[in-house]
Amino acid sequence: MGNTPRATRRYSARSPLVGYLLRRLGTSVLLLFGVTIVTFALANLVPGDPIAAALGEGAASNPATVEAYIKERGLDQPLPVQYANYIGGLFQGDMGISLRTTQPVADDLAKAVPATVEIALLAIIVSLGIGVALGSLAAYRRGKISDQLVRVFSLIGLSIPTFWMALVSFNFFFLQLRIAPGSGRLSPALAPPPTVTGFYTADALLAGQWVTFTDALAHLMLPVFVLSLFTIGLLTRFVRTSVLEVLDADYVRAGRAKGLSGSRLLFGYVLRGASLPILTIVGLAFGTLLSGTVLVEAVFAWPGLGSYAYNSATSLDLPGVMGVGLVVGVVYLSINFAVDLLYGVLDPRVRLA
Amino acid sequence: MRTRWLKIPAAWITPLGVIGAVIAITWVGIAFTARLWVPFDPLSQDLPRLQAPGIDTLMGTDALGRDIFSRLMTGASVTIPLALMLVLMSLAVGTLIGAIAGYFGKWVDELLMRLTDLVMAFPTVILAMVVAAALGPSLFNAVIAAFVVSWPQYARMTRSIVLGLRTQNYVMAGRLMGFSPFKTLRVDIAPNVVGPILVLASLDVGTAILLLSGLSFLGLGAQPPTAEWGSMISAAIQNFDSWWIGLFPGLAILTVVMAFNFVGDSLRDIFDPTSQVSRAGARS
Repeated sequence: MGNTPRATRRYSARSPLVGYLLRRLGTSVLLLFGVTIVTFALANLVPGDPIAAALGEGAASNPATVEAYIKERGLDQPLPVQYANYIGGLFQGDMGISLRTTQPVADDLAKAVPATVEIALLAIIVSLGIGVALGSLAAYRRGKISDQLVRVFSLIGLSIPTFWMALVSFNFFFLQLRIAPGSGRLSPALAPPPTVTGFYTADALLAGQWVTFTDALAHLMLPVFVLSLFTIGLLTRFVRTSVLEVLDADYVRAGRAKGLSGSRLLFGYVLRGASLPILTIVGLAFGTLLSGTVLVEAVFAWPGLGSYAYNSATSLDLPGVMGVGLVVGVVYLSINFAVDLLYGVLDPRVRLA
Repeated sequence: MRTRWLKIPAAWITPLGVIGAVIAITWVGIAFTARLWVPFDPLSQDLPRLQAPGIDTLMGTDALGRDIFSRLMTGASVTIPLALMLVLMSLAVGTLIGAIAGYFGKWVDELLMRLTDLVMAFPTVILAMVVAAALGPSLFNAVIAAFVVSWPQYARMTRSIVLGLRTQNYVMAGRLMGFSPFKTLRVDIAPNVVGPILVLASLDVGTAILLLSGLSFLGLGAQPPTAEWGSMISAAIQNFDSWWIGLFPGLAILTVVMAFNFVGDSLRDIFDPTSQVSRAGARS
């Protein structure tokens, strides 16, 4: 960052961490504005006729209706003014009206986001666990058969089309074997738990509804499994690389020389040293998970962001699609900002860089 | 024994790389010849509907009575050339932008890198989906959308390499000898960029195929009746009981993507023995 404001620099001389955080916050906010410009531009520079699409054919053939619509929406004003209105609307939670559901996009998304975050969080936890285990194993046995096997498996994981895997596993585990529950977040017989967090599993636990909890968890299994395959491959490869990098470091050799046991060396020394690059890739993996949900939720009829995006995209509901793009862009940026924050907390050198 | 004209260093020949290369070349061969030898017209709807795989129809027929095997093989000629073209386009544009940003620095760099940051602020499928939806669903627009999201990684990688080389003595020496900026980029810097970019590109072919078929699965790419793998899989959602409709196109995608990933990963061992982990979001 070449042109940090003077005030920040003086402040940062006293507290490097605060200066670092402010700088990262600054770039994130700028990027957020960039994200809104992208979605606004895409929504407005479409070759098609959004007015006709919004009004329907009958109303669009009536000039008076069209003119009233243009006035009402401020479409006769210059683009910068329209953009300002759009931003003003966003601050009030107005993301337009979905052409498909005829509900405000913001309301639709508010219902969909927790369903997706529930899957994504669980998938990240699963992938991180398996990825760290496999990646460390491969690094410890570098060049051996187990290393090669892990490599092949992780490459296959990165090659699976998630939407296809969703279809195949749904077909196999539900329709053929009947061991997985059907689509959706809960069995039809059960009522959703009272909303606190929006996560059915957490809400059911809070309400003490044990049956609902196990049912919600069972419904999570397949989507999480399918989504995790790609991120497991991704994380395994990065964990292997980053563990290899620290494995020969002096401090790890010192730990070994002190006679530390394998697990204490692995968790206290090796993985701690490798945690920064792993953290980075977790942030990026979250992005691929959000991409993955778009392709997976439609198959499982999971009422989250992905299904919403799929339905909006297939019915060419542009406000819906833009809303998803905006929300996901914001979520993704926030995750990466959080990763940057953790970076600064974990590694003192980053704060001064 | 290796022939003289095919000077492939022994270290390049790894089992994984060879398996990947063989599968990939087979698929590319299928892509360019399939129309000549498939048993049925991929678009004709003359066969019995929803027929299970058998002797006549190796992979069964779909809900409209089309032979899935023929559609699968001709589908290769839709997806694979488009994916290769997409990667070449992203590579050309991304590398150029990255080289310019890295070499000229200052406001040029600032401007171009903010642009890449902006694209990378979205998860790829989401942004591609938004762009494709805005442009209107068609295979051509899906390629444009995929291009929009795939060039920045080349730009970012090229920039970081160029940035590291710009102040090296041998590059300075060239400048002092009166090399123009573009001659410097071509003669002194480009040879160092080729390896890493080649690795990225070979891995990116797989990503491009996943992205294009994913967009088609969403209905934003290939339109009916085009035989395309992603849209063939999405047709399976309506016919869950006929497992063969979705199974085979997915296996096709899986094997092609896997092959290119195997090749790319083996190339990485050759060109980049350290396999550095790069901080994708950070710039210092």
